[in-house]
Amino acid sequence: MRFGKNIFYYRSYNVAIYVGLAAKGGGLLSEPILAVKGLKTTFYTDDGQVPAVDGVDFSVRAGEILGIVGESGCGKSVTSLSIMRLVSAPGKIVDGRIVFNGEDITHASEKRMRQIRGDEMAMIFQEPMTSLNPVLTIGQQLVEAIRIHRKTSKREAEAQAAEWLKLVGLPRPKDLLKSYPHQLSGGMRQRVMIAMAMVCGPKVLIADEPTTALDVTIQKQILNLMKKLNRETGTAIILITHDLGVVAEMCDRVIVMYAGKVVEEGPVKAIFKNPAHPYTKGLLASVPDLRNRKKRLYSIPGNVPKPGEITNGCPFHPRCEWAMDRCRGSLPEWAALGAGHRARCFLHDMKDGIAPGKGESHGGTAVNR
Amino acid sequence: MPEPLHASKAGKGREDGRDQKAAVGRTVTASQTVPAIVRCKIRKRGERMLAYSIRRMIALIPVLIGMSLIVFGIIRAIPGDPALAILGQKATPESLEQLRRSLGLDKPWYYQYFSYVKDLLSGDLGTSIRSGAPISREIWPHLAATIELSFVAMLIAVVVGINLGILSAWKQNSAIDVISMVIALVGVSMPVFWLGLVEQWAFSIKLGWLPSIGRDDIRDPVAAITHIYLLDTLLSGRLDQFWEVVRHLVLPSIALATIPMAIIARMTRSSMLEVLRSDYIRTARAKGQKMVWVVYKHALKNAFIPVLTVIGLQSGLLLGGAILTETIFGWPGIGSYIYDAIQFRDYPVIQSGILIIALMFVLVNLIVDLLYAVFDPRIKYK
Ligand SMILES: Nc1ncnc2c1ncn2[C@@H]1O[C@H](COP(=O)(O)OP(=O)(O)OP(=O)(O)O)[C@@H](O)[C@H]1O
Ligand code: SF4
Ligand SMILES: [Mg+2]
Repeated sequence: MRFGKNIFYYRSYNVAIYVGLAAKGGGLLSEPILAVKGLKTTFYTDDGQVPAVDGVDFSVRAGEILGIVGESGCGKSVTSLSIMRLVSAPGKIVDGRIVFNGEDITHASEKRMRQIRGDEMAMIFQEPMTSLNPVLTIGQQLVEAIRIHRKTSKREAEAQAAEWLKLVGLPRPKDLLKSYPHQLSGGMRQRVMIAMAMVCGPKVLIADEPTTALDVTIQKQILNLMKKLNRETGTAIILITHDLGVVAEMCDRVIVMYAGKVVEEGPVKAIFKNPAHPYTKGLLASVPDLRNRKKRLYSIPGNVPKPGEITNGCPFHPRCEWAMDRCRGSLPEWAALGAGHRARCFLHDMKDGIAPGKGESHGGTAVNR
Repeated sequence: MPEPLHASKAGKGREDGRDQKAAVGRTVTASQTVPAIVRCKIRKRGERMLAYSIRRMIALIPVLIGMSLIVFGIIRAIPGDPALAILGQKATPESLEQLRRSLGLDKPWYYQYFSYVKDLLSGDLGTSIRSGAPISREIWPHLAATIELSFVAMLIAVVVGINLGILSAWKQNSAIDVISMVIALVGVSMPVFWLGLVEQWAFSIKLGWLPSIGRDDIRDPVAAITHIYLLDTLLSGRLDQFWEVVRHLVLPSIALATIPMAIIARMTRSSMLEVLRSDYIRTARAKGQKMVWVVYKHALKNAFIPVLTVIGLQSGLLLGGAILTETIFGWPGIGSYIYDAIQFRDYPVIQSGILIIALMFVLVNLIVDLLYAVFDPRIKYK
């Protein structure tokens, strides 16, 4: 291996610091590498406007793994595509700011975005079966990813591509370079996708449900690989998933999304031990408990609302068992719960503090870290 | 990553490499069994493609036999006595009998068929009654003229059609999209002979820009070498004549290209619209690739596969259109060769002309079939 470990020294100046901090679940000192403020992305469809992302705030620190969870349709994918500025018509970013590495890219030119995409910010998608171009070889696609951003010869790029295939755990990279996607299994394709996203050493990797389409053992392998790459290269990862087990295992911090909004945010430990928002509690309670299999699986009552369906008050109020009058009246503000933990719920906004969630009802003990 | 590379070239990377292998080995286990299959698939792709091509050609043998039978049958199915038709009403019975014997008409039909096939295989297409010359020698200049015209027309149709389709899909619902689809709609509904006549009227008669008849300037005819005039003029270094040949090609090839161009444009557009929505296009954009390359490299290669089918069909139909166009533009191709033969009841020429056109049709389809294998790596070689 010609440059093996050196990949891991890439950007080592910040890796060393952040890995240490991230490992302790901290990183409070570091500036966010990516900050999303009040992001609103709306689809202008024939049936009216669909505010798929409706005022999302969060930030990602260098080297950390941030989880985004929420039920299907809550706007996770649209959020990530908005960050990459890849939302296509009829969708449009209508408000808010995306600050990447100190630069406001909300209205950056397409040319500038092309420089960022794939180089400083990369993305992998849910469907490994369809995310690779079926008529180009793995080698052609990897070499392209390198040569868009680096002035290397084709042979050099091929060597790097082979190196990366090895790094993501694919044996016989020389042969793989010549093969076509349909000759690979789903797990292998997702490894290729990861290699392709990582070749330029991005600062942020957005993984939109990277393992949902894979079977359980392969899921585990892919997640381990991502965690390893995160630790060794210092690439921050935004991990979008439905699976709270994955969040518990992988992430440093989590944001919980509901109907295009962030409803709770905090360090993984805090969220799992002390979920503050009733929606988060519901999500946690619907995770099967392996030690108590007889317990009936909880599911949040009601249906996921369509974006823009609920216009008054807290978007969760039709399904919330603690819903009060004021919940229907206005949108709750953020309530700070200490150590980077906050939730958007009136229950925590009360002066007299009858905040629920301390051991009662379906609490957050279903999953342990 | 230039820096790390230099470092490793200095020899530092070796032991690190071993670390790497160990680390990688630990994380992967399950997938290690898969690549053996992959490798054998890769090694075999070239061989499989060759085997596929050979199989496609072998599959043509029954087609060719059927074709020769039909062509052979058509001539014999024409009512009346060919010998009489050839010699006319005033022929003596002796001369008729002699002609029949020399044509082999006194033998049973299967005997006639086999000697016909035997002649074909040795490259003998028979003798023209009108000129008395071997058809195999006579037919090539005409065939070359048709090939030249059809090829240029198809080139225009493919290049313009595909780009028009791409542009429409890329800028869906824009003015460009609407305009090119109107062009395509008009193009597809325009009869070849009508378009040809309008072109002649406008560009030849009214504007006087382009010649409307023939392949070259009759005052300065091209010295035929291959009979493909674009090549011949270049081979003999006559650029002025080359230009003249191009000018003669413009009107007939556009007339011939219009319908396939319009159909190809529409097919490309719809195929492209579907491809542009797919996940791998998003992947390519997420890499930071320029939209032009995303469209022409990632999307077109996929969108082209269904377009290829249409190109194949249209190339076949083009041969029919070519005969019409040749008559309008006085193009000395195979169409006019057969047309003249019909006037003179030159049966051997008619028979061979039809056979050659059918052969070209089969050949075009074979080429399209083989192109699938080139463009689609997923093709099942069966
Ligand atoms: N092209 C589009 N046109 C109209 N609406 C869209 C479009 N794409 C997304 N949406 C809307 O945006 C909402 C959020 O979609 P998004 O794909 O972000 O959900 P998600 O959280 O990623 O869900 P999942 O977990 O199923 O992937 C959806 O409810 C959908 O109605
Ligand atoms: S604000 Fe009200 S409705 Fe919304 S989650 Fe809190 S208690 Fe439930
Ligand atoms: Mg999604």
